[in-house]
Amino acid sequence: MSEFALSQTQETFVMNLGPQHPATHGVLRVKLTMDGEYVVRAEPVLGYIHRMHEKMGENRTWAKFLPNTGRMDYLHALAYNHGHVMAVERAAGIEVPERAEYLRVITTELNRISSHLLWFGAFVLDLGGFTPLLYAFDDREQILDLLEGVTGSRLTYCYYRFGGVYNDVEDDFLVGTKAFISRLRSRLPMYHGLVTKNIILIKRLKDIGPIPPDMVTRYGATGPVARGSGFNFDLRKNEPYSVYPEFDFDIPVYTECDSMARYMVRMDEMEQSMRIIEQAIDKLPEGPVKAKKVPKTLKPPAGDYYCAVEAARGSFGVRIVSDGTNTPYRLKLRSPTYSNLSLFEEASEGMLLADALALMGSLDLVIPEIDR
Amino acid sequence: MSGYFTELFTGTKSLAIGLGITIKAFFQPVVTLQYPYETLEMKPRFRGHIQLTQDEETGESKCIVCGMCQKACPTGCITVAGKKPEGSKKKALTRYILNFTTCSLCGQCVESCKPNAIEFSKDYNLASFDKNDFIFDLLKRLKEKS
Amino acid sequence: MNPIPEVLRLVIYLTCLILFAALNAAYLVWVERKGAGHIQRRIGPKEVGPFGLLQPLADGIKLMTKQLFLPAGVDPVLFKVAPILLLVPAVMSFVTIPFSETLVARDINLGLLMIFAFASVNVLGVLIGGWASNNKYAVISAARAVSQNVAYEIPMLITVITMVMVTQTMNLNEIVMQQPNIFKWYVFRFTASPLMPVAFLIFFICSLAETNRAPFDLAEAESELIAGAYTEYPGMGFGVFFMGEYANIVIGCAVTTILFLGGWQCPFGLAPGWWWFLAKLYLLIWTVVWIRWTYPRVQFYALLNLSWKVLIPISLVNLLLTGAMIKVF
Repeated sequence: MSEFALSQTQETFVMNLGPQHPATHGVLRVKLTMDGEYVVRAEPVLGYIHRMHEKMGENRTWAKFLPNTGRMDYLHALAYNHGHVMAVERAAGIEVPERAEYLRVITTELNRISSHLLWFGAFVLDLGGFTPLLYAFDDREQILDLLEGVTGSRLTYCYYRFGGVYNDVEDDFLVGTKAFISRLRSRLPMYHGLVTKNIILIKRLKDIGPIPPDMVTRYGATGPVARGSGFNFDLRKNEPYSVYPEFDFDIPVYTECDSMARYMVRMDEMEQSMRIIEQAIDKLPEGPVKAKKVPKTLKPPAGDYYCAVEAARGSFGVRIVSDGTNTPYRLKLRSPTYSNLSLFEEASEGMLLADALALMGSLDLVIPEIDR
Repeated sequence: MSGYFTELFTGTKSLAIGLGITIKAFFQPVVTLQYPYETLEMKPRFRGHIQLTQDEETGESKCIVCGMCQKACPTGCITVAGKKPEGSKKKALTRYILNFTTCSLCGQCVESCKPNAIEFSKDYNLASFDKNDFIFDLLKRLKEKS
Repeated sequence: MNPIPEVLRLVIYLTCLILFAALNAAYLVWVERKGAGHIQRRIGPKEVGPFGLLQPLADGIKLMTKQLFLPAGVDPVLFKVAPILLLVPAVMSFVTIPFSETLVARDINLGLLMIFAFASVNVLGVLIGGWASNNKYAVISAARAVSQNVAYEIPMLITVITMVMVTQTMNLNEIVMQQPNIFKWYVFRFTASPLMPVAFLIFFICSLAETNRAPFDLAEAESELIAGAYTEYPGMGFGVFFMGEYANIVIGCAVTTILFLGGWQCPFGLAPGWWWFLAKLYLLIWTVVWIRWTYPRVQFYALLNLSWKVLIPISLVNLLLTGAMIKVF
């Protein structure tokens, strides 16, 4: 393909993809230097939805930052909740009751499935197929209903608290979750028949947008992007946190490095998440859902703490520097899509516009999380 | 050459499977809810904007004006004021303003309230052209309710 | 014999055909939205009129009342000419389409040739519209539309040549008359060539590509090029493009019906008439809609590969086979 991409003597033109463009799913702007339909250089321009989450965190107490976490990656808000509460719990030395940990795992994994479902729909929409989006939404809606019954909100959750969760679940949530899992299991073959095995989709994704392993390491890409390039790296296994070590699940890894590999990683991850949820529901212990001794004004001892969780898009890291007061001295958030997007410039060089957009879709970008 | 025909065959077959799936969905019942005509019952834990709860005996608010909700609110959207009526030891609520434009529905105010004086409402039909419509005087609402 | 003068007859026919094209465009949008709705398990338009039947009217009023705005930097003449260039050939093609044995505006001997002559013109509409818009997305779209149309005209015309070899005529009415029942439809005429169903498929796929319909809607790829060549068009400028597009779909499906599915003839020899033609036509159009809401869009080189590596070789094989069969039998 690259032999078509012309040399610098040829005329190029600059095209703005975004900040308002159907394929960027948000306010991302990509400055494309094009040669006909070939992308010579794609330069992502960030900052259109920068809200200073880190600075906001440094100006308010630890607990007051909780609602912010759900507003970075609004599609996998619970993982961000989880990352922040875990980092603060680690700093303040709060023990979390086992039942709360199980509930966190169940809700996070449900949220992960919903995030992947939305990505699936939006990705196929990028490729021009409308209908899978609506089918995915049909299933996602079930998850949102379930989570709404527990957390009270549908998108920007704020469910976890330091030392536990906001409130206990009722039995109908557990029954509903099991029913949903059997429903999704019966729907996944339909998705594969309609989309995965479709020859048009295979032609559009196979060998398109290769991200070689060395590019993954250079840019620090994580999550399905890294796993689609052959890295068996998932924080739930590599740096086990919460109660993940107690479950039996696999990390889907594909070595093809192309968009299809990243697509398959996410489709397989949904199945693995369902396995985790099933086991967690079966093993769910009785007990309190909130630690007893959580001080009202939290003052973690001075120090430097880091905690990372596996969000739907990769590793989400929270680094907090405490000076022993009731506000963080420094709060640094490592969001996965920022790294995943930064490799786009190099990976998309010499690609056709449509292929570059397929590559961008396969990175699963959530813009508010990139800008924070 | 055989690969060419296998691909042609499997490709055509995959396309036919796709058409089968969509036509099956075409004859299945719709799953959407016709919103303004049909509405859903909100879940018991649904987090709407907050409202004051009523004391069953007195019909008044249970609020003791401790100010914990105001303190717990991340965005500072709650303003509480109260004063001691003559001859009473407890403070009585005189003003409870919720600025819903900045509320993020995190639930920390409800969590921090010891006497259970505030709860989430099930109201979600909130739309207005005027920003001032979202500055709720909760005490007034409580009085209108009772 | 004929009480109505020829000129008056033609004027009436043309008025009716333009109305037919406009009505089709309006209600095909309704069919498309309703079909998409139910395929995606929702209802689709339902508010305006019963079953949303007045929705096209509301859309039409909306488009017509919008200002015909000329964006800065456009070529004012070409910008206005382009939508007409897309619509007029489409409507002109209707002239030779036989709706029934007698219901045809101009029954000319070279009807098939005329339709394809006009079909090649309508790509100019997209090209000029995209170019005149002074928009990078529109120019890319125009370039895509042209290369796609060029690539797909070849297998389409090879198939048409095959058909003309078999039918020995270019008069559409005569072609229809050769297919009085389902066994004599050209799609199942195995005595002419065993590959006839394949030829039908090739022709159908090509007409999808020629009319820029999904999965070949590269020119209007909304997730890549916003609205392609139509990005800058306001109000009725866009509306005319839209009408032209749908008229082209109707033409494509009508020609397919006439060539392969027996036109206005009844499948089992009962009362032939325009109703059979319309039934077959709308069945094909429904298939077009159904296909659109099932598949993702093809990639550009996959589109060209399909044309050059699959459709053209197979249609050439079919051409040779048909020639041989004619010579032998």
